[in-house]
Amino acid sequence: MQTVNRRGLYLAILLLGVAWTVYSRPLAGSTTSGQIPAPQVGFLAPSFTLTDLHGQTVSLSDYQGKVVLLNFWASWCPPCRAEMPAIQQVYQSYQERGLDVLAINVSNQDTPRAMQDFLGTFAHSYPILLDTNGEVGRLYAVNSLPTTFFIGRDGIIQELVFGGPLTVAGLSNRVEALLQEKP
Amino acid sequence: MFPVLRIGPAAIQSAGLLLMLGFFFGLSLSERFTRKVGENPGGLTNLILIPALAGLIAARFFFVLEHIALFQKNLAGLVSVDPSLLDPWGGITGAAVAILIYGQRKHLEFWAALDRLTPFLAIMAVGIGLAHIASGQAFGAPISLPWAIELWGVKRQPSQFYETAGALAILILLWRQFGAIGVPGMLFLKFAALTSGLVVFLSAFRGDSTLVLGTFRQDQLLALGVLGLALFLLEIRALPGKSEEVANSGTTNRH
Repeated sequence: MQTVNRRGLYLAILLLGVAWTVYSRPLAGSTTSGQIPAPQVGFLAPSFTLTDLHGQTVSLSDYQGKVVLLNFWASWCPPCRAEMPAIQQVYQSYQERGLDVLAINVSNQDTPRAMQDFLGTFAHSYPILLDTNGEVGRLYAVNSLPTTFFIGRDGIIQELVFGGPLTVAGLSNRVEALLQEKP
Repeated sequence: MFPVLRIGPAAIQSAGLLLMLGFFFGLSLSERFTRKVGENPGGLTNLILIPALAGLIAARFFFVLEHIALFQKNLAGLVSVDPSLLDPWGGITGAAVAILIYGQRKHLEFWAALDRLTPFLAIMAVGIGLAHIASGQAFGAPISLPWAIELWGVKRQPSQFYETAGALAILILLWRQFGAIGVPGMLFLKFAALTSGLVVFLSAFRGDSTLVLGTFRQDQLLALGVLGLALFLLEIRALPGKSEEVANSGTTNRH
């Protein structure tokens, strides 16, 4: 191809790219990210209501304006067991700054005895919620344990971690970032 | 979209698995074509693996330096596989330094080495598309067309499928040139131009774009920059005189 023709072609391609970039600019509100609930980063965390170990009703909506660490776990899951003391440590460190932890036991795959035995092995001060029929697990498309959702003050899922165990450093790093965001 | 594959008690992240498969397929394809042009593929393998390892170590090292307080009482975090504990720019710097040192020691010719890496990059681009299909990330904008897919509660552009098909088309288009000897750098620059052009075009269908300068998509602007640079370098490398390098391009790491 002759040099002049080639240069013309390259220039045309580039100009076409610029024109397409300008033409295809997203219109305001054209993305549903952050506006509809879905168990995915960038979307509103789906709302739910469960009972805790003491029979109290707890809803995600009770935690509006706070950073929420939502952790799905079971007592038979070794990485879940390994990371729960780390979650407690991080909860203690950041609770005053606006962190809340909701640890959802997938009770349809666990037994009350095994769960209580495990919870007796370490001190925890955050609520343990019981997903007795697995409904919230399905709502959050939990396919593996542990699964942890980091929800910002605006109620939007900012990060999703499949598997574990998460370390204190990994948890603190994520929580610090979320706490620094303005509501 | 299947972000997690459950095989018995094991839960495998399908996106990670696909990226790993892409890495190994890409590496073996690059080695195959390097052998085809009569060069030693060992150097190429090291050129990928050494920077990858150096980048990983540097990314963790710089992250720890920046967040030393997080690790003071939690030494286990130092060796955690958690990708959030990596500093991307530290990793890129570490990988770049490793490439420079390795390239200098082995006397690698810059443009010829990039050409040999191109099959690896082309396969990885397909792997990234497949990983996005598996995880549901890089999702499309809401739309009501017959080929829309239901994802995250809304009918959307199947942007992950567009991305994979585009990467596959580029792989097929360049396949015949993988084992050919031409002006060094042309193969890589063609790949860079095609891939960045694809990103400019397909980003318009995404529903998760980061917006900059008002309403411009960040991906599109970056890809436009890469496209412009690739076309400019393609023009420079195509000028008379560069063809003389063809005869020398096969000397890369033959020893």
